[in-house]
Amino acid sequence: MGVGIEVTNLNAWYGTNHTLQDINLNIPANHATALIGPSGCGKSTFVRCLNRMHETNPIARVTGTVRIGDLDIYNDTTPVEIRRRVGMVFQRPNPFPTMSIYDNVSAGLKLNGYSHRQSLDEVVEKSLKNSALWDEVKDDLKKKSGASLSGGQQQRLCIARALAVDPEVLLMDEPASALDPVSTSKIEDLIFQLKSQYTIVIVTHNMQQAARVAENTGFFLNGRMVEFDSTHKIFTNPSDKRTEDYITGRFG
Amino acid sequence: MPPPEHSAIRRFLLARGNSAIADRVFRALMILCALSIFGIVVLIAWQLIERSQLSWQAFGFNFFWKTYIDPTTGLPSYWDPVNGYFSALPFVYGTLVSSLLSLLLAVPLAIGVAIFLTEMCPGLLRAPLAFLTELLAAIPSIIYGLWAVFVLVPLLRHYVNPFLIKSLGWTGFFDDSNPTGLGFFASAVILAIMILPIISSLTREVMTAVPHSQREAVLALGATRWEMIRMGVLRNARVGIVGGVILGLGRALGETMAVTMVIGNTPEIHRSLLANGASMASVIANEFTEAVTDMHLSALIEIGLALFIVTIIVNAIARLLVWAVTRGAPATQR
Repeated sequence: MGVGIEVTNLNAWYGTNHTLQDINLNIPANHATALIGPSGCGKSTFVRCLNRMHETNPIARVTGTVRIGDLDIYNDTTPVEIRRRVGMVFQRPNPFPTMSIYDNVSAGLKLNGYSHRQSLDEVVEKSLKNSALWDEVKDDLKKKSGASLSGGQQQRLCIARALAVDPEVLLMDEPASALDPVSTSKIEDLIFQLKSQYTIVIVTHNMQQAARVAENTGFFLNGRMVEFDSTHKIFTNPSDKRTEDYITGRFG
Repeated sequence: MPPPEHSAIRRFLLARGNSAIADRVFRALMILCALSIFGIVVLIAWQLIERSQLSWQAFGFNFFWKTYIDPTTGLPSYWDPVNGYFSALPFVYGTLVSSLLSLLLAVPLAIGVAIFLTEMCPGLLRAPLAFLTELLAAIPSIIYGLWAVFVLVPLLRHYVNPFLIKSLGWTGFFDDSNPTGLGFFASAVILAIMILPIISSLTREVMTAVPHSQREAVLALGATRWEMIRMGVLRNARVGIVGGVILGLGRALGETMAVTMVIGNTPEIHRSLLANGASMASVIANEFTEAVTDMHLSALIEIGLALFIVTIIVNAIARLLVWAVTRGAPATQR
C-alpha cells in the first residue's frame, strides 16, 4: 500500500539556476496526483527530488524537507533505501536491452538479493498483469529481450519493473509522451487501476491526461507551484488567474 | 485508514536497511584502484628523476643542446662514454626525424583506410578489413623489426633509395653516403606501418561519431561523395583526427625494438634521411646493458626521463582531442 508525501519548503538548483522555489505540498496516499505546467517549469525536477534522483547530477543541490510515509528522505536515510521504496518510470522507456523480459521485471528484486525462485515467478506474472502486458508477452518471457518490444510495450515493461519491488510510491515523469495514442490510453488505464494500491505522482504535458487519471493536480510555473487542488477544481474553477490562462491555452 | 499491512516483498526490502556502508566501501575501493595507477606513474617518474641526477648535475640543459669536438678527429661529436661527455642531441634529432617522417607517410594512408571503411566499404568487407587493420597493432614490434631487416631494408637498398637519390638528391635530404639501406628513412617506413592501425582506427571512430544527418545535409546540397566526406565528415571529425595522429606520434616517439634494428645506431646528426642515426629509445636499448660508468648509466636514464615526459604530454594532448570529439562536443572552430 502507498504512503503519503509531505513536502516542506523544497528548493532545488541546477548550478546557479534556481529551478524549484519554496514548494509546499501534501500528496495523499493511494491517489494519483498530476503535475502540469509548461516545459522548464520545474515539475520534472520536483518528482526527481522525491526519490533523490535530482542529486545524481553533480551540479544539483536541494534544500527543504520531503517526508515519504514516516521517513524524512533527506535526513533519515540514504538514496539507495529511498529508491527501494519509491519506484520511477521515465519519459523514454528504458528497459535493459541485454536482459529478457523476465529478467527486466525481476531486476529490482534480484539486485536486492531476493532469489526465491517460485515467488519470483509469481511476482513477475503479477507485475506484468498489473501493467497489462502479461497477455502480450507471456509466451516469450525468457526468450525475448526487453528491447525487442514496441515502444508502448517497453514502457509497460518499465512500469512492471517498477511495480515488482512493491513500491510505496510510483513516480512517473511524462510516461506517455514518447508513445502513440493507443499505447498512451493503455498507460492511462493502467494508472487508473493502480492508484488504489500505490501513491502515484505523474508529470504530464497533456492536460486531458491529468484530468482523466488524477484526483489532484498541481500547476507549476517558473519553478513555483501556483496552485494545488482537486483536479476537478483546477480544470473547472481555478483560483489563480495564471492557472486559468494555462488550462485554457492562453499561454505556455 | 488502518496502518498499511506490508507485503512479503516490502518486508524483505525494508529489512535490508539503508545500505549506507555499501556505497562507502565501494567508493573507497574504487578510489584505491584509481590511486594505484597514479602511484605507479609517480614512482616511475621519481625513479627516473632520482637516477638521472648525476648526469643532470654534470651537464644541465647542455645535455640536450651541446655539440662537442672529438679530440682525436676534430669532428663534431656528441656522445662519448670513453671520454666521458654526453649530449642527447643526436638522439632527440633521430627520434624527431624518424617520427615526423613516419607521420608524413602514415597519415594519408590511415585516413584513406578510415574513409574507405566508414564511407564506402560494402558491409560484408567492413568487419574483416577493420579487424585486419587492427591486427597490425597486435603484432609484436620485434616481428616488424625482423621483417624490416630481412625484407624492407634490402628493398630500400636495391630499389627505393637509388631512385630517391637520383630524383630527389638535389634537395640534400637524400645522398648516397650510406649504402646499407638502414637509417632514418628505413625506421620511418617501419614506424609508419606500425602507427597506421592506431591512427586509422581512431579516425574511424571519430568519423563514425559524426551524425548521419550531417552527411545528408551536405549530400542534399548536391555534393559528390568526396565533397560530402570532406565537408560533412572530415570537417566535423578533424579535431579527433588530429588527436589520433598525435596519439600515433606518441607511439612512434617511444617505439624501440623495430627502430633499433634498422636505424643504424650511430650517435650522429645528418641532413640526409638515408644516413644512419639513433633515437632516444634505441640508444637506451643498445647501451643500457653495456653502461659501465655511473655517468653513462645516468645519462641514459636522463634520456629515458625526457622521453617519458614528452610521450606523456603528447598522449595527453591526443586523448583530450579525441575525447572532445567522441563526447559530442562540437568539432567546429569558433
